[in-house]
Amino acid sequence: MAVKTQEKTVREIPEATILFAGDSGDGMQLAGGQFTLASAYARNDLATLPDFPAEIRAPAGTTYGVSGFQLHFGSVNVRTPGDEVDVLVAMNPAALKVSLDRVRKGGTLIVNADAFGKRDLDLAGYNQNPLEDDSLKAYRVVRIPLAKLTHETLSDADLDKKTMDRCKNMFALGLALWMYSMPIEPALEWLSSKFARKPDILEANRRVLKKGNHYGETVEEFAVRYEVRPAKLKPGKYRAILGTEALAMGLIAASRKCGLPIFYGSYPITPASEILHELSRHKNFGVKTFQAEDEIAAAGAALGASFGGYLGVTATSGPGLALKSETVALAVMAELPLVIVNMQRGGPSTGLPTKTEQADLLQALFGRNGEAPLPVIAPGTPGDCFYAAFEACRIAIRYMTPVILLSDGYLGTGSEPWLIPNADDLEDFTPSFATAPNRTVDGKDVFLPYVRDEKTLARPWAKPGTAGLEHRLGGLEKEHETGNVSYEPENHEYMVKLRAEKVERVAQDIPPLEVFGAQEGDLLVVGWGSTQGAIETAVDACVARGLRVGAVHLRHLAPLPNDLGKILSRYEYALAPELNNGQLVRLLRERFLLPVASLRKIKGLPFKAREIEKEICDMLGISIA
Amino acid sequence: MPPAGKKPTLPPAGKKPAGLPGRKPAGPGGGKKPSLPMGAGGDGAPAGLTRKDFATDQDVRWCPGCGDYAILATMQRLMPELGVPREKTVFVSGIGCSSRFPYYMNTYGLHSIHGRAPAIATGLKASRPDLDVWIVTGDGDALSIGGNHLIHLLRRNVNVQLLLFNNQIYGLTKGQYSPTSEQGKVTKSTPYGSVDHPFFPVPLALGADATFVARTMDRDPKHMQAMMRRAHDHQGAAFLEIYQNCNIFNDGAFFEFTERNTKAHSAIFLEHGKPLVYDNGQRGLRLKSFALESIDLSTGKWSVDDCLVYDEGSIELANIVSRMSWQKDLPRPFGVFFREDRPSYDELVQRQIDDVTVRRGEGDLAALLNAGNTWEI
Repeated sequence: MAVKTQEKTVREIPEATILFAGDSGDGMQLAGGQFTLASAYARNDLATLPDFPAEIRAPAGTTYGVSGFQLHFGSVNVRTPGDEVDVLVAMNPAALKVSLDRVRKGGTLIVNADAFGKRDLDLAGYNQNPLEDDSLKAYRVVRIPLAKLTHETLSDADLDKKTMDRCKNMFALGLALWMYSMPIEPALEWLSSKFARKPDILEANRRVLKKGNHYGETVEEFAVRYEVRPAKLKPGKYRAILGTEALAMGLIAASRKCGLPIFYGSYPITPASEILHELSRHKNFGVKTFQAEDEIAAAGAALGASFGGYLGVTATSGPGLALKSETVALAVMAELPLVIVNMQRGGPSTGLPTKTEQADLLQALFGRNGEAPLPVIAPGTPGDCFYAAFEACRIAIRYMTPVILLSDGYLGTGSEPWLIPNADDLEDFTPSFATAPNRTVDGKDVFLPYVRDEKTLARPWAKPGTAGLEHRLGGLEKEHETGNVSYEPENHEYMVKLRAEKVERVAQDIPPLEVFGAQEGDLLVVGWGSTQGAIETAVDACVARGLRVGAVHLRHLAPLPNDLGKILSRYEYALAPELNNGQLVRLLRERFLLPVASLRKIKGLPFKAREIEKEICDMLGISIA
Repeated sequence: MPPAGKKPTLPPAGKKPAGLPGRKPAGPGGGKKPSLPMGAGGDGAPAGLTRKDFATDQDVRWCPGCGDYAILATMQRLMPELGVPREKTVFVSGIGCSSRFPYYMNTYGLHSIHGRAPAIATGLKASRPDLDVWIVTGDGDALSIGGNHLIHLLRRNVNVQLLLFNNQIYGLTKGQYSPTSEQGKVTKSTPYGSVDHPFFPVPLALGADATFVARTMDRDPKHMQAMMRRAHDHQGAAFLEIYQNCNIFNDGAFFEFTERNTKAHSAIFLEHGKPLVYDNGQRGLRLKSFALESIDLSTGKWSVDDCLVYDEGSIELANIVSRMSWQKDLPRPFGVFFREDRPSYDELVQRQIDDVTVRRGEGDLAALLNAGNTWEI
């Protein structure tokens, strides 16, 4: 459908993907973030993928200094940041070079023509100006002198050149908003609050933003502008939410619902630091944040707080989880609640700090000395981080156990519209602290710290300060019930099995799995973590092709849900796509003795839905282009 | 035995605020006979608690003759006098011989991970400032594997007492040199002698900006108890090094300072406001430039008036005196090296939360969830 306005055509499209790319100092994350907000205001469904370099300010103009922000928005269900980019905004040659292979053939390249001088081209490694040869002929190229236009807009402002230059991302944003008929007001509002104390900078940014917005109207290159109608989302109140934000709020909500204040121990590490930043803003919820001297102290302090009756939480990324493992094992032995958040990133070692990966699953499950099982939970979408964090706290307290929450960089920095839950609807899980002796021995009432609850096998939680229940915990093997140090062979084997059985019993609390797509048939995709959006998009596409394909997404990796085996048996084939070298697939094969197939991607990037779709089709003998 | 009639004047158990110093003199030294009943009256303890109430039913498994026994006995004797309810007391330890300590104290306790007790105790105390937290550690635990946590506990000034049992050896792993072992030390892991330069815990603690730094010895229970009490009275991180004899792997490491025939001229006891005198008044220390000099008070050339008067509030003096350990001709100092008042970490954490809560109001979950830009569909 195309409607002719004054001189421009407005075309309605179901979805689009835009990528802002530039130097890490060009303000691309900001432009992308503001475009996201506008899209949310336009009631689109959306998903975002920021992609930034590990260096804070890499040398300007180089390919390794490129920072990108990709946004997929639509009136249809949007579950991934988009396989292919429709519009690339490239602020310099390096950004063009790095991002070009993500743009679909026929897509639009909006390039900052002012940044294509000899030096810029050299820095990006171009021998020839791509704007002047035919290397971009498969795309629609729009050359815009962004810097020049920005300077012209601000010619009468009393600002230095550098400050003016900094405003050019607002020009690009204004133009992009116009291209998709998005509202400009959210960005204007945001600028007003951001630069409230710098009126001249505020005014400059506002003017450039408006100028960019107006520019599309006036130049010939843009004969068409697009419009994406509101998505049919579930009714309710929404907000845009980042994964880290959702996770932090999930912890706070859990704290409120169990009545225990949070003690959050953390050491700065990408990409987990954002949770620390977020939580430290909410001290009026009684949150105690502790920036520790190292990862070990962060976990140790959180465990100390748990011993004291707090909700002890620590967060990190892969290398930090390795350092915390001894403390986690102590929590297994002492049977104290502790939530360990691991924002996975590319590994091993320092690996790819700002890139996403799911390669810590086996570390979370088995990365401790001795037999040290614990529940492992993973969120599937940025908004789901809220519920996964809540669930991790609930299980930790109900079962008196450390719980690992496996998020990742993609979920943490990604955002989506989020149906705001009603605080009153969230489950209460106030723990019942031990207050009195629980046994009579030789006619004396005594407290035995390792007597267990029949249903959960959890031991009682007696807080220091409770008279008469004084007891000692520690890392040495515990005697059944008394909790005294014991080196007895029979007792050790019994306790190892008891701790394992306790973790297995968490499965009784897992709600039935929901199968997405075909409820039985040819192929079941089994996924976990941040791949949910790509998997469901792929399954949707396969179902549309008439294939009987379904998907289950595992929130609980340990223990696995009781009904997973039954669901697997309803399909001929099973496929486990993962951003690692095949980790969940090992668990599934071992547990169900089924030839589950594996799709692996280890590039520091999320799956494209298309990649999963192709694998499903290949397995079912269908060839797709 | 104190008269039983004094009992009724005491507050009921559990009501006494933590940390009030008992003013009763320390019990008889030596620890041969239980000095009952310290807590039975007149000393500010919860009514009726005695040394025995702080012992557990677990067999104490240190080697016979270990210095740890004396430290345990001194602590169990001190506890009733401190007036802190048993359930409010927590002992946190790491790994090593000393770190078995919590199992023998009938209070709350956590025998944790090698080197990590200060980190764990920081979380416990920051979340539960109402608890009286003691850390028990050793030279390997605190200074080697846990060195990082130790210095950060001290600089943050977490309001706990840290007892460092220094025996200059790894005992539980059966006899390797430790970070406090002297250079040249022959041990199982250094058959040709250790080439490592050792460090002294006291200057280290001062360097980490500790607000209370003291040293005592296992063979002087009276002094040890006095130091434990002062450590307890201090609001902030209290660092107490205890010279402890390992009679199996490093027997006699400190005998020069602890045994009767040498103690007088090898050890000097620091007392605030008193001149630095030792060797039964025969010798003293005077300040000469930035160093200390041992002077003979018996010849008439020098008098007590020439001796340096100790001031435990002076970091400069503490630094000079703590460095005496490197000088063979000077006695080894014991007592409180340094003490200053600085708000404790746990106090500051809570104060900040209270301030923010007053300013922004008690957190409202629904408001938090609905914050920012929202829209209805």
